[in-house]
Amino acid sequence: MAISSAPVQATVEEFIKALRASEVRVSPAEAIDAHRALMEVGYQDRGLVRDALCITLAKTPDEVARFDECFDAFFTRDAFQDEAARPRPTEGQQGEGGDLADLPLAQMLLQSDAVSLNQAMEAAARRARATDVRLITQRNLLSRRILDEMGLRELEELIQRLREMGLPRDAALADRLAERREALFEESSRFVDRQMRLYASETGRKMREQLLGQAKLTAVEPEEMRQMEALVKRMAKRLASRYARKRHRAHKGYLDVRKTIRRSMGYGGVPFDIVWKNETIEKPKIVAICDVSRSVAAAAQFMLLFLYSLNEVIEKLEAFAFSDRLIRVGDILESEGLDSAIATIIKKIGMRPTDYGRALGDFTELHRDDLDRHTTIIILGDGRSNYANPRLDIMRDISHRARAVIWLNPEPETYWGQGDSRMNEYKRFCNVAKVCNTLNQLERIIEDVLRTYMPR
Amino acid sequence: MADSPLSSVEAIIAGLADVGYIASRRIATALFMAEHLQKPVLVEGVAGVGKTELALSAAKLLDLPLIRLQCYEGLDESKALYEWKYGKQLLYTQILKDRMGEALEGAHSMEAAMDRLHGMGDMFFSEPFLEPRPLLKALRQEGGAVLLIDEIDKSDEAFEAFLLEVLSAFQASIPEIGTIKAKVPPLVFLTSNNVRDLGDALKRRCLHLHIPLPDAHLEEKIVATRVPGVEAQLTRELVAFVQSLRDIELRKVPSISETVDWARALVLLHADALQPDLVRETLNVLLKFEQDIVAVEPKLNELLGRASEVSGGE
Repeated sequence: MAISSAPVQATVEEFIKALRASEVRVSPAEAIDAHRALMEVGYQDRGLVRDALCITLAKTPDEVARFDECFDAFFTRDAFQDEAARPRPTEGQQGEGGDLADLPLAQMLLQSDAVSLNQAMEAAARRARATDVRLITQRNLLSRRILDEMGLRELEELIQRLREMGLPRDAALADRLAERREALFEESSRFVDRQMRLYASETGRKMREQLLGQAKLTAVEPEEMRQMEALVKRMAKRLASRYARKRHRAHKGYLDVRKTIRRSMGYGGVPFDIVWKNETIEKPKIVAICDVSRSVAAAAQFMLLFLYSLNEVIEKLEAFAFSDRLIRVGDILESEGLDSAIATIIKKIGMRPTDYGRALGDFTELHRDDLDRHTTIIILGDGRSNYANPRLDIMRDISHRARAVIWLNPEPETYWGQGDSRMNEYKRFCNVAKVCNTLNQLERIIEDVLRTYMPR
Repeated sequence: MADSPLSSVEAIIAGLADVGYIASRRIATALFMAEHLQKPVLVEGVAGVGKTELALSAAKLLDLPLIRLQCYEGLDESKALYEWKYGKQLLYTQILKDRMGEALEGAHSMEAAMDRLHGMGDMFFSEPFLEPRPLLKALRQEGGAVLLIDEIDKSDEAFEAFLLEVLSAFQASIPEIGTIKAKVPPLVFLTSNNVRDLGDALKRRCLHLHIPLPDAHLEEKIVATRVPGVEAQLTRELVAFVQSLRDIELRKVPSISETVDWARALVLLHADALQPDLVRETLNVLLKFEQDIVAVEPKLNELLGRASEVSGGE
């Protein structure tokens, strides 16, 4: 059985760090498992090490893919590519030996000792805390730090000294050292690049995502759309799985004492007929109504995006979209891909002036009979009705029938009730009415909604 | 330990091959780790890649009893861990009632009667009335067992949490009796089809093994092992064909079990080469959705041509 020596342990720890950077979640317990696994299999067989680590560390198919990528990147040691360096064993061994003896870097460079150079660079990188690198802007600094750790300053002094001596042989040696130093620079920047790939690639993305989560829905640049989509999807999935958990909680398998005793009366008190508790699960229904009119044009895209993702994860979702009229969009969301579904809906009904009254009228016509105390209605819209009749009577009727009405408005609260906004009036019939114009807000609110208004 | 079938990865591969399961190195490593780290293995992969089969083969290899727990929505501990034998308990209370007069004879005060009652020992919740279900059975096997918890993703969240104790400590708590701990921890396999995301707590306690669809070489070996009468050339051709099907956007791509079934069907039909008509007629063995069959049929000749090219046929 192999013994886990300190350098190996350090390597594994660094690898785990790299894994975490590429979004493979590794808990301390798993790290311990990985070490134990390696103790079992040893370090001789690369394939075996890879499989053992993969099995203990990666927990989903995605993570397996990322693991494989990371493993390849991490355990590749680029051989020291020093074209100028050909072995010249006899040269430079005597004479300047006194100078070079106390400068291992110079010796290694002169002898083109790739293995030692590699090791020295990695050791220097460890001292320079290269694995803590996070930002692309740290690159030059890090490269410099590694070179300093390797003894660059001393090397430069040596070159300087040799030049000052004025002897032709010393000058030639200085030239050679200078030439090798250039190669060393290149090597170190290649090394740092690899470190960046390993440890920093994901951090930048994460930071961008964090910022996107806080950005106003209406102010997202077109090139960020893809990323936003991914974010929304992940969010919807997270919410749905959390909420599905609630729905599945049902009590079964408990003896219903009261009923059992009641029935036993028929058998002279002998509990012959045993009754079990069997709680039926309420099937919750969510109705989402999405404003896609001109006034919310910028936000509508995201509302629909969210609607689409919600539809993918929630079993019973009735989706509607409206501007001046209201239509059912469940089929479109169901049958088409994300992009075409949004485009179709916007083409069909979107970008027209809003008429909340008429839209609500359409809604009662289409769906009133299906509203009951299991239904939660989520309305996404700004409540600007273009001075048309807001039909508050319908709104009252809807809120009476449904379990809860939640209104998410992309406008800040100070705008509510200003101009043609009837938000303050609609608000009265909502269980929750909130501003929602960033992704993070959207997630928080929807989560509250699911927690509070979903039947258990 | 040295002569155990699980002593090295190579030994596992060879051992599994003997019982008819062709394992990749990663699968064998997972089994090796499971044994040596004493952790359950969570096996994931699309339907029909041999997740359940792996557990069955491991049981055969180790010559241990296989105890299987099929998960479904609503599965709870009374079906998975233990249940009381209610009928017998009721009979016991009847007997107790009959003997009660005898036992309490001579006790004049209520207090004395209660004292006697306490002295009688409580049988009601005790081992003889315990009906073990799969999990408890696996824990109580003297020589160890292979426990297969099939399709864990179909069970409820609560059941998953309940499993944690069994999986991490190989013990189960029965409130009325106490904790039952396994003398020899069973080798545990959990399989999942990814119907829902499993909780992190469960994932953390398991080794994770994802079985992908095999490459052509591995699949040929599997077909050759599983379907004895099939010729080498036909095997190459049919595997190449199935592999090419997997590149098409299908609702359900054929997995290993479909390939094996198809190979069996072809052997039964005495086919020695992939004739287009024959393939068309047996396509329903490979593809399980009408839409998929409709999508593949027009491309059939082209796919077959390519398959025979790849496999080095005529």
